[in-house]
Amino acid sequence: MTAVPIPAPAPRARRLSATPGQIALALAIAAFLMLFLVLPVATVIYVAFTEKGTGTFTLVNFYDFVRTELFMRSLWNSFYVSAMSVVWSSVFALPLAYLTTRFAFRGAALVQTLGFLPLIMPPFVGAVAMQLFFGRNGSVNLLLDDWFGFKIDFMEGLNGVIFVQSVHYFPFILINLSAALRNIDRAMEEAAQNLGSSGFRLFRRIVFPLAMPGYLAGASLVFVKVFDDLATPLLLNVKDMLAPQAYLRVTSIGIADPMGYVISVVLIVASVVAMWLSARALRGRDYATTQRGGGGLAKRVMTPMEAILGYGVVILILALVLAPHLGLLLLSFATIWSFSPLPDAFTTAHYARVFGESSLYIKNTLIYASIAGGIDVVLGVAIAYLVLRTKLVGREWLDWMASAALAIPGVVLGIGYLRTFYGVTLPDGTPLASLWITIVLALAIRRLPYALRACYAALQQISVSLEEAAENLGATKARTVRRVVVPLMAGGILAGFVTSFSTAAVELSATLMLVQSNSDAPLAYGLYVFMQSAAGRGPGAALGVVAVILVAACTFLSHLIIERSQKAKGMGH
Amino acid sequence: MNAIASLATPAVSVDIEGVNLSYGDNHVLKDVNLAIQPGEFFAFLGPSGCGKTTLLRLIAGFNQADTGRVLIGGSDISPLPPWKRDVGMVFQSYALWPHMTVRRNVAFGLEERGVSRAEVERRVGVALDLVGLGHLGDRRPSQLSGGQQQRVAVARTVAVEPKVLLLDEPLSNLDAKMRVQVRRELRDLQQRLGLTTIFVTHDQEEANTICDRIAVMNDGTVQQVGTPMELYERPANLFVANFLGTANILEGRVKGTGADRIFEIEGGISVPVPPGAVIPEGAKLVFRPQHAELGLREPSDTASIALPGIVSHREFLGASVRYGVRVGATEVAVDQPFHSGEGLHDIGAAVSLTLPKTSMIWL
Repeated sequence: MTAVPIPAPAPRARRLSATPGQIALALAIAAFLMLFLVLPVATVIYVAFTEKGTGTFTLVNFYDFVRTELFMRSLWNSFYVSAMSVVWSSVFALPLAYLTTRFAFRGAALVQTLGFLPLIMPPFVGAVAMQLFFGRNGSVNLLLDDWFGFKIDFMEGLNGVIFVQSVHYFPFILINLSAALRNIDRAMEEAAQNLGSSGFRLFRRIVFPLAMPGYLAGASLVFVKVFDDLATPLLLNVKDMLAPQAYLRVTSIGIADPMGYVISVVLIVASVVAMWLSARALRGRDYATTQRGGGGLAKRVMTPMEAILGYGVVILILALVLAPHLGLLLLSFATIWSFSPLPDAFTTAHYARVFGESSLYIKNTLIYASIAGGIDVVLGVAIAYLVLRTKLVGREWLDWMASAALAIPGVVLGIGYLRTFYGVTLPDGTPLASLWITIVLALAIRRLPYALRACYAALQQISVSLEEAAENLGATKARTVRRVVVPLMAGGILAGFVTSFSTAAVELSATLMLVQSNSDAPLAYGLYVFMQSAAGRGPGAALGVVAVILVAACTFLSHLIIERSQKAKGMGH
Repeated sequence: MNAIASLATPAVSVDIEGVNLSYGDNHVLKDVNLAIQPGEFFAFLGPSGCGKTTLLRLIAGFNQADTGRVLIGGSDISPLPPWKRDVGMVFQSYALWPHMTVRRNVAFGLEERGVSRAEVERRVGVALDLVGLGHLGDRRPSQLSGGQQQRVAVARTVAVEPKVLLLDEPLSNLDAKMRVQVRRELRDLQQRLGLTTIFVTHDQEEANTICDRIAVMNDGTVQQVGTPMELYERPANLFVANFLGTANILEGRVKGTGADRIFEIEGGISVPVPPGAVIPEGAKLVFRPQHAELGLREPSDTASIALPGIVSHREFLGASVRYGVRVGATEVAVDQPFHSGEGLHDIGAAVSLTLPKTSMIWL
């Protein structure tokens, strides 16, 4: 052994954190998001904080907002309506969730499915039908007046908005809360019983805290949805809320008026704060406790009295939340329906009209929603892959940027697009903002977070070793994505597409601002236009039924395909 | 036999030279050097967190070393991405693709190599026959039992005729009975293919039964390399002695010099040190439970030493009886073969523990 010291090998430079292809992909996605999400929103914020015409920083616009009694009332109304919608949604959702998960409840699956139904109809579609049932001269009040001589103001002013919104959005709470209740391991409850707890104390100390995160997640979603919704208050002719005010300022006074932008900023802040609060409350509280092979909470058998009460409550709630669907269906076949509990006579003329001269709306919707859904899943898969499977520096920013779209109300995005892209013209002088593709891009951005979550979840379920095995056997990264990752994600990708497609198909908040000509209008816009006049209510309702069937068919289809693909992979049993 | 020969490739060596790897402040592999011979069945053995799987993944290309290199058949593969390395890995979870049939799983690597369709089918057939699953090619992985899935994973890997076979705890997802069967099959398969194979395990019995040589790892360093017998009989340090089988450790001090050296055990008992024994500074006396013998009297021969002890504990194990014997301040384990009709030592009995000088290990 000679004692010549062997120099320690110099540390090899770490490999580049990603391949050139991945970097190019990330940059392309970032550019897309910057252009169609960040830039429009930044423009809105910029305009709100600058002096009209000069571009100097100012807070005077906000001072004007605070000084104007109408705006402050709108702000308060928006808060009040959102909060009350959460309250009423909870009133609908809690009994359904609790009864179907905690008791041996006949038809629990049916109740859960029916409870999901309102989601496939956007609230503004059901609003008109709700007027007919619950309005001052609607079926219920006519009967009440006949029999008891009094009426209830279900639909007066803000009440109407609250009623319609909570009937439509309560499934968010129902779904999240049911999932949370189902995810509680029965051993949690049994351990408490074993230690001497039972009845209401057990519920209060164990079941309720464990289910709380699910409830909060649903409740915050309802709050934000209601706060940002533009179409429902407009259709119910309630103008003193924030979203309608933003819309009305921009459409009636003009794109240069700063107040629309100030209101937009207030809307964004409210959304962000609500989401931040719920995220903060939920942090570190993933309480899914079911073990492999363990069951959910033990289901109790109801006593006869409990059963009567339980089924009564469930049927009452279901009747209430399914009323808009029934109303819409009746309205679409009605000749005249006014000042009577039920329509005078029935006709199919409205459908003839919808499929005849108005079929353009349906065609446009299918095209727009398909492209938007396609963009969303491509972006969703790419972002999910970059975030979960590469070490690209700053990859989380793509995720955050894409998810930030959740906090941007549709009306704000619409205003941002108008302002940003109206100045940009094509060679022939057409402003970019007036092209139908702008609507598609807005829809794609709005629905991207949903598709992204679906793709994210699908990719997370794929064990990394499945990809490593492919690489080990000679497949490059790109080949591995094509042969292993994408096929295994197929169910999730499809689910993401269908979610994006079906919600984009009935989106109105953003499109209301962006539709420039009737020939470019999607279904939701046509519906809104129809509903403006009493004569258009029939065709409008027919269009609404078409929309509901479209969304329902999509939802059903995606369930079917996911189930089948899982069965094929042997994961379904 | 012909079919198997078609999957066999000339065996190559694997050399790991000066490998260091850190995750942030966590130094996972510390200057690892190993030379694995062509055709050898080699094990990385150690407790969880010792770096054995990290080292295996480094060879497969899923980890990057900070320094050092890995040579296969003498050429440095460190710069190659996983898909160019030609080292077949069987994953702990098997990593069978659920969207493909067994046959398509096995065909995957061959397809990626651009092998002709007819040749792919032929070699898939050979590989599946090799693991005895030729009849299950059209099943989905989820329709197979754990043992069958494991065999598909092996078939998928050997079908591409890799230069080296890497097995990441391949038996850990099987029940105890299957484990014994499958480890024999693995050994048999490796012998027939003559493939250099590296096997990662935390189970010393698995490593002992099927591997030619073992690298015992702890805390990111290789503690000792050797055949199972060498490691057991001549452990290099206390970690190896403890990790492979049960070791009795008596602490004490060496006193005197030359032929008069004695080892004074804590508790005041001293034994003569065999002449010529090399005892490092601060060493402990180590011996295996079955190497000592319990008797009532001290032995008269000079090939053994005797330690006085008190029986404090007794477990009947069937073929043998394990006694806990208090020697000084330490309780040691002593295994005695059980012969029916023979009396057992009672708890509390004073006994003499006889230990052959050849069985004394100084660590």
